[in-house]
Amino acid sequence: MARFIGRRLLHFIPVLFVVVTLTFFLVRLAPGGPFDAEKARSEEALAQIERVYNLDAPLHRQYLDYLAGLIHGDLGPSLQKPERTVTEWILLRLPVSLELGVYALVVALGIGLTAGVIAALRPNTFTDHAPMSFAMVGICIPNFVLGPVLVLVFALWLGWFGVEGWGAASEKVLPSITLGATYAAYIARMTRGSMLEVLSQDFIRTARAKGLSEARVVLRHGLRGGLQPVVAFLGPAAAGLLSGSFVVERIFQVPGLGQEFVMAARNRDYTMVMGTVLFFAVLIMLFNLFVDIAQAWMDPRIRHERA
Amino acid sequence: MIGMSRQGVWNAAAAAMALALALGAGCSKTETPAVRAAREGVLLVGNGAEPQALDPHLVTGVPEHRIATALFEGLCDLDPATLEAVPAVAESWAVSDDGCVYTFTLRPDAKWSNGDAVTADDFAYAWERILSPALASEYAYMLHCIKNAKAFNEGELDAFGQVGVRVVDARTLEVTLEEPTPYFLEMQIHYTWFPLHRATIEQFGGMTERGTKWTRPGNLVGNGAFTLERWEPNRVLRVVKNDHYWNADAVRLSAVEFHPIEDTLTEERSFRTGNLHLTENVPISKIEGYQRDTPGLIRIDPYYGSYYYRLNVTRPPFDDVRVRRAFAMAVDRDTLVARVVRAGRRPAGNLTPPDPSGYTCAASIPYDVEAARALLAEAGYPNGEGFPPTELLYNTSENHKLIAEAVQQMWKDNLNVHVALLNQDWKVYLSSMSTLDYQMARSAWIGDFVDPINFLECFVTGGGNNRTGWASPAYDALIGEARRTLDAGQRMAVLEKAERVLLDEAPIIPVYFYTRVFLIAPELRGVESNLLGYINFKRLWFEPEARAEG
Repeated sequence: MARFIGRRLLHFIPVLFVVVTLTFFLVRLAPGGPFDAEKARSEEALAQIERVYNLDAPLHRQYLDYLAGLIHGDLGPSLQKPERTVTEWILLRLPVSLELGVYALVVALGIGLTAGVIAALRPNTFTDHAPMSFAMVGICIPNFVLGPVLVLVFALWLGWFGVEGWGAASEKVLPSITLGATYAAYIARMTRGSMLEVLSQDFIRTARAKGLSEARVVLRHGLRGGLQPVVAFLGPAAAGLLSGSFVVERIFQVPGLGQEFVMAARNRDYTMVMGTVLFFAVLIMLFNLFVDIAQAWMDPRIRHERA
Repeated sequence: MIGMSRQGVWNAAAAAMALALALGAGCSKTETPAVRAAREGVLLVGNGAEPQALDPHLVTGVPEHRIATALFEGLCDLDPATLEAVPAVAESWAVSDDGCVYTFTLRPDAKWSNGDAVTADDFAYAWERILSPALASEYAYMLHCIKNAKAFNEGELDAFGQVGVRVVDARTLEVTLEEPTPYFLEMQIHYTWFPLHRATIEQFGGMTERGTKWTRPGNLVGNGAFTLERWEPNRVLRVVKNDHYWNADAVRLSAVEFHPIEDTLTEERSFRTGNLHLTENVPISKIEGYQRDTPGLIRIDPYYGSYYYRLNVTRPPFDDVRVRRAFAMAVDRDTLVARVVRAGRRPAGNLTPPDPSGYTCAASIPYDVEAARALLAEAGYPNGEGFPPTELLYNTSENHKLIAEAVQQMWKDNLNVHVALLNQDWKVYLSSMSTLDYQMARSAWIGDFVDPINFLECFVTGGGNNRTGWASPAYDALIGEARRTLDAGQRMAVLEKAERVLLDEAPIIPVYFYTRVFLIAPELRGVESNLLGYINFKRLWFEPEARAEG
């Protein structure tokens, strides 16, 4: 197992190198620069500020300088928000994104697994169709619709939860549900599908024949196999929850990393784009690694193949 | 094991629900944050975007301006009702006969938030800093009206001593300008002119070092009516009353909280649930509802900004002035503003927004379909026949799109010309404009200070804000003449002549004049209507009983 993890970690290096290189040149190819503004800067003013941030050097020089900085862990200052470095901005925003992501994941798993298992128990009956139709709706409603609707009902009409912000507990409920809902729907459908397959297999019949209680058969024996695809989905989902929460962060004014990421790209804040992309790349790779480890633990077949 | 954890999840969720219910019910039914804050004299402001920085020399936007005016104070302030310069750090000033030399006398009791006295040297230091090429301040050009400031800023002069700023003594500052600048005093409320505390800046880095820690809470020393208490990026920035401020007795608010909320719909919801006293904006779709149901909560003030279309005169078909005029005259601004733009905005037949206490341009481009069709025919396109493919560029936004579609239809109906619409992302759009890679483009200008020259000088030949390729020696000469003219009435007449030239040649098509639309809590007082949208926090107060009456 240690060798497996070590080898995977080594693979990170070339992947990150490709990500850095691609991002660096792609963001420079986009028209417009960080200091273009509605009120034009004079050529002298632009030249001054480009000199300060080393943007006047030839592109390959800037690239090599960036790589050199990166090796020392230096992501540079943000061009748009110069009073903090990119690293500081990421560290400032990360806890909020993590918190939101974890809550959303709890929502997604809680609702998704329950609905999926219930649906799989009696396929093609009401207890199957009801949660599955609900899941279909969840997948179809985009979060920029779901968010404001939830706010309207639970915050403005009922006054139960906060409208925006990320301080009191009451402000964290609606963004977590909004962000988790889509994933809950996917997880429900996925759980149902794989549970149906697992529950029809021989070892389940054996378990039932042994006289185990239905709850034990389903939760202990069924779910362990049925969760396989869900776990595989969790890697990219977790990364998506952390990086793709821009819309939810904006609707609820949550100070997370997703906003930083999207605004940096929009503002051509080169250093911030590089920093956040790199950070998310590492995150996605790590989550995929965790998923592989979890799957190996859950399924002996994978464990043997890889060893 | 999985069963267990699921149980745990449900317990946690139920607990969270119950807690949220208790909290939510607790604050919404009894007292909203806005009501409580008003009682404590704390103003909750929706401030648009998150500030880029707090260093007044590194910022360029309106949200930053609001915060800077709370933390710092310049030589003069503006009366928020009349926009006239009133004494601030300077208790008095004298102007030489040629209008080029200003001598300010600083008040003896002006203090920094750490108790140090504010001296003339603090202004000279700040101005040297912002003009230093090594700092690369993007807004340094605001100070270019000072003698030799431009040369120093662009690196042609090495010694700041040659720039027209002289510290006579600790309480006397003499400023020599390149040319008479009638709006010089009014400009002093702009953050680029504020003094800075030398010792603080140099404690955390060099004078021209960008992004040092001197602006962090606890470090920042200002001379404004408020001082920085905390800044949690993208959550809240809180300033509290500065007891060292020279006029602290007159300041009635105990604190101001700036909430960065970019999404106008979110901001409106936040106001509605009692989390803000003042918003930055109002979603257009909500304006009429407020006007109808709760007119006391919404304000629509005239604003010193213009919305217009630029025409690229370096490329056919808009290299022909007749085509440009025809397009400008075929836009029915009254209908457009009444049906599409709304928000109390006013149709614009010229560039400079009207100023009831100053310059209002008498000339305007008329809505005249007959004349427009005749001009187009004269240019070789009778009834729009043979007109080349044309595109109108706008930056991606629902409002710009709606307006562009309406104008597109007017040109189709009135001139029988089809104009395609093209939208680009903000930075791409800016790049297209500055490289003249467009035919027609949506544009806007918001005045930095109330003087028509701020609008008109954009269109001098080769100016960075011209972006149309238009060049007129007659126009340049008039702008130059206005700069040299001392008599206010005569100067305005020259500027009006210049604006007439601009409208005759029509490198732009004016569309509407902006308004500033915002929501305001009934108990908040002292928010005056002015063209700059200038909010003077020193003069605001609450009357908590007003909400009960309303």
